[in-house]
Amino acid sequence: MKLFSYAQATKPADAVQLLGAQTQSKFIAGGTNLVDLMKYDVESPDRLVDISQLALTQIDATDKGLRIGALARNSDVAANALVMKQFPLLSEALLAGASPQLRNMATMGGNLLQRTRCHYFYDVSQPCNKRAAGSGCGAIGGYNRIHAILGSSPSCIATNPSDMNVALAALDAVVQVTGPNGSRSIPILDFHRLPGNTPQRDTVLEANELITAVDLPTTAIGGKSHYLKVRDRASYAFALVSVAARLAVENGVVRDVRIALGGVAHKPWRLPDVEKNMVGKPATETTFRSAAKALLAGAQPHEHNAFKIQLAENAIVRALQTVS
Amino acid sequence: MWVASRELATRWCVANSRQALSLVLDKISTLVWCLIQPMTFKNMAKKLLGDPINRVDGALKATGRARYSADIKRPGMLHGVLVMSTIANGKITAIDTADALKVPGVVNVMSHQNAPKLAGMDKNKPSEIATDRVLHVFQDDLVHYNNQPIAMVLAETLEQATEGASLVRVTYQTQPVKLPLPAGKADMSTPKQMPRVDDQVDTKRGDLAAGLAAAINRMEETYTTPTMNHNALEPHALLAYWEGDKLTMYNATQGISGCQKRVAEIFGMPKENVRVITQFLGGGFGSKGTTFSHVMLAPMAAKLTGKPVRLVLKREQMFGMVGNRSATVQRLNLATGKDGKLLATAHHSITQTSDFDEFAEPAGTITRMLYACPNLDTTHKFIRANIGTPAPMRAPGEAPGVFALESAIDEMAAQLRMDPLAFRLANYAETDPNKDKPFSSKSLRECYRQGAERFGWSKRPAQPRSLKNGNYLRGMGMATTVYPMNRGESTALVRLKPDGTVQVETATQDLGTGTFTIMTQIAAEVFGLSPDQVTLSAGDSIYPTSSVSGGSRNTASTGSAVTQAAQEVLKKARQMALKDPKSPLFNVAEAEIVVQKGGQLQQKSNPKVGEALTSLLKRNGNKPLEATVQSKQGDEKGKYSMNAFGAVFAEVEVDELLGEVRVTRLLGSFAAGRIVNLKTARSQVLGGMVWAVSMALHEKTVFDPRNNRVMNANLAEYHVPVNADIQEIDGFFIEEADDIVNPAGVKGIGEIGVVGTVSAIANAIYHATGRRFRDLPITVDKVLA
Ligand SMILES: Cc1cc2nc3c(=O)[nH]c(=O)nc-3n(C[C@H](O)[C@H](O)[C@H](O)COP(=O)(O)OP(=O)(O)OC[C@H]3O[C@@H](n4cnc5c(N)ncnc54)[C@H](O)[C@@H]3O)c2cc1C
Ligand code: SF4
Repeated sequence: MKLFSYAQATKPADAVQLLGAQTQSKFIAGGTNLVDLMKYDVESPDRLVDISQLALTQIDATDKGLRIGALARNSDVAANALVMKQFPLLSEALLAGASPQLRNMATMGGNLLQRTRCHYFYDVSQPCNKRAAGSGCGAIGGYNRIHAILGSSPSCIATNPSDMNVALAALDAVVQVTGPNGSRSIPILDFHRLPGNTPQRDTVLEANELITAVDLPTTAIGGKSHYLKVRDRASYAFALVSVAARLAVENGVVRDVRIALGGVAHKPWRLPDVEKNMVGKPATETTFRSAAKALLAGAQPHEHNAFKIQLAENAIVRALQTVS
Repeated sequence: MWVASRELATRWCVANSRQALSLVLDKISTLVWCLIQPMTFKNMAKKLLGDPINRVDGALKATGRARYSADIKRPGMLHGVLVMSTIANGKITAIDTADALKVPGVVNVMSHQNAPKLAGMDKNKPSEIATDRVLHVFQDDLVHYNNQPIAMVLAETLEQATEGASLVRVTYQTQPVKLPLPAGKADMSTPKQMPRVDDQVDTKRGDLAAGLAAAINRMEETYTTPTMNHNALEPHALLAYWEGDKLTMYNATQGISGCQKRVAEIFGMPKENVRVITQFLGGGFGSKGTTFSHVMLAPMAAKLTGKPVRLVLKREQMFGMVGNRSATVQRLNLATGKDGKLLATAHHSITQTSDFDEFAEPAGTITRMLYACPNLDTTHKFIRANIGTPAPMRAPGEAPGVFALESAIDEMAAQLRMDPLAFRLANYAETDPNKDKPFSSKSLRECYRQGAERFGWSKRPAQPRSLKNGNYLRGMGMATTVYPMNRGESTALVRLKPDGTVQVETATQDLGTGTFTIMTQIAAEVFGLSPDQVTLSAGDSIYPTSSVSGGSRNTASTGSAVTQAAQEVLKKARQMALKDPKSPLFNVAEAEIVVQKGGQLQQKSNPKVGEALTSLLKRNGNKPLEATVQSKQGDEKGKYSMNAFGAVFAEVEVDELLGEVRVTRLLGSFAAGRIVNLKTARSQVLGGMVWAVSMALHEKTVFDPRNNRVMNANLAEYHVPVNADIQEIDGFFIEEADDIVNPAGVKGIGEIGVVGTVSAIANAIYHATGRRFRDLPITVDKVLA
């Protein structure tokens, strides 16, 4: 770990300004991911800009749905009455993640940007294109049980480890950001990237942009939702595979559906075409299983993670059965 | 130095009013007891299930006032941070420390280029004793495994040393890597010895081929278990400083006396010049029983810099240099006759060791004695790999070995369509078939009976896959558990003071198991006193030499020393009384004098005759009586087989479509001789059972298949169970009197909770799913149907 300097921001604009053009500066929110990465020398910022005191913690109803401040704590969001009433899926996903202590510190913005748990990414003695561009990918040909089966590239087979992001993908969330060149809104499906040949970049966010809020649009058609997480122990473990499902059924027929997968790709995995295709079909295991197969079409296993294909299929079916 | 005195105890009580109240009540009841006791005639017998008193150091730990080795400070102290190898085999060609030395506060970088030479380095070779390992203490440029310590940065603050360590640049010449199991099965060899030197490496009994030929049912399967790392909550840590040629170390060790001896030996100096202090320990599970490299590196750095040095291992540094449990590949053959009796058993184990030292995980030793079987072969082989040397880890050998054996027994029972418990009873060993000797005591039948009854074993349908709960298949399994009684050498001093209090001195350490508490109980019981009248001075090598806390041996070893020393003092008191014309016990035969609650001597046949120990001592010069006893095993070992036994029952639920297993119920019944403290003992066996859940379902050290680097060297990825994984769990003890086993009458309880529980869980998963899992841990990817 390298010595660094520290500054605290009180307003979003100050935060962006404090970060400045220095590429070696980083925002710190709850610090639950960044500090670990600094201890392992994966991240070595010269300077930390503390944004934890910014007044971006509120959760407000808007005319289109809900706006959740980027600094709202994961535990507060999970327990918020508005969230629990309108978007229980988000609450469920947050509570499936990490531990109470971590959720008390973790923020919306930090969770959106938490980095992969790839073992090689964390070990600076090993090659990793995401950490050190061009050094190679240690996981390919190495130990890759937790790695991606979808959307990976010869440069990187890492997954996005977040539970929250999977729920946000199924909820069509929009990420609000601000930077030196003003503010913009990024739909969640465009926010995280696939690795391609630039796996160093997890998202489309610029290094000097600040996340200010996450918007959740009210769904046109109601229904039930469920977050199903399969993991190696009952709690305090990242998902091997997870499913965020929303389903509206009328007279035994699918009216509306969202399915997002976690633990399988560099970003939450959603295929809107597969969802469209399900509408009007009977809400039965046959429909669910063929949708699952369609979502997993093109899955490419590596030496230790082939089980994820069958597991994801079963998990999708189970999640949809739970809400049908 | 660790002292549990009455004054301290009183102070702790203030912080805990509930405990204070119970202490007051204790005193009152003692008083009441003293008033009524002349009316009772019974001699005080040893309690078979001892009082579940709170730990003497509980309040200190709960309030954060307990000082662990990493908490100790010394003026001018430097912080050491290790630099670890990033290759598994080869040579260091250069170490560039220029950038590290530029970090403000960094004072030195110790490596093979400048490390002090060690006078006793010739002792650093594969040794007979499993706790004396070959150490990597910067005496050469060779790298034998990935994550081997190769340099140490010394700085004024931990932060500076940490930054410095990240800036040391090392270049290597690499050699091909020898892989661990299961890949690296070439070059098998037979170990020279087992960790317990009187265990044979290979055994043969009867005629295996004939037994197999005569059998009606046969099975042969291979079971595999992975490498595991101990991962005690407290990292390995020490503070070392020199005063002239005298070395003091505050060191987190399971064996104060062994550490003192080993450090002195490698430095080539007299043992008296090394003082080892361990006030508190946050677990060790075997990885602190051995003196590993860091224990030498800190005093070496202190010598190099002339300053006290504190060294605390980072979690990731605990995956390699401080031992691991060997992976195993075990082949089991069982064969039975018409009546379901075993006719043949073979257990062939392959384990792994490092390429520079030898440790053979004794996986097959229990198979030799657990069931009656006339024809039996067991063998042990190991391979050499570029890994840190394995070491004893909670139930070394027994845990992986009994997983294989008790799974195979379950498989055979299923093949015979016999109830698994009935099959075990049909093959019950009345005497030890390996040693051909009687057991000093064996209450396994009672463990089976009471365990089965409390668990509701009779409700288990014979057919697998017949219990369901929603998406879950439910199953029940059981297994026998066992642990040999090990006993080492310990010495204790016991001093009875004229004020009626007792002082005990012995160098023992408390792993966190409650040793300090139960040593006071053991001494108190001999004198009929309450434990708060006993002061224990321990945790420091200035006190009499004591055994390692490993192999579940410390209560048998140090507890026996305390028992014997206390009995010796009592004998002196009796003789003093019978020779003292002023004593009511004057001229009473020694055997007629007994001690009663409250520290009261009296005549057995006429309890009205007697006096308090205090009045006796006051009249006789007002001086303390003391005795020091060195205690070790006698010839009972040659005459008897001595073991603790138990039975473990498990219920699991399995979601086959998602691959998830939950252990919904665990129950263990144990017979382990006298239990000194029911509370700390129950914690030990429950902890062991949780450890087994971990081994059955979670733990596995993952090596990169190309360079043997451990890829999950942190507690986020190296899984042990969390609270949510442990549902209903209970353990209880069967009363068992054993006067043969040792003077304390105890058998070990630290490891027996682990041994059978792993297979009980695996057997329950079989019962739930009808599928046998022979490769640990049983994880989602394997269970997924
Ligand atoms: C042991 C462990 C187990 C865990 N288990 C799980 C799990 O099961 N499921 C799960 O989903 N997560 C899990 N987590 C991860 C946890 O959810 C994240 O660490 C947490 O959400 C990060 O939030 P934070 O506020 O602490 O982020 P920080 O660590 O403060 O920041 C993370 C990154 O985000 C950037 N950042 C933060 N806020 C902003 C902002 N507003 N604008 C721009 N950039 C920003 C920082 O610069 C940094 O790069 C686990 C973590 C640990 C340590
Ligand atoms: S998978 Fe991605 S993160 Fe992991 S080693 Fe390869 S490049 Fe790095």
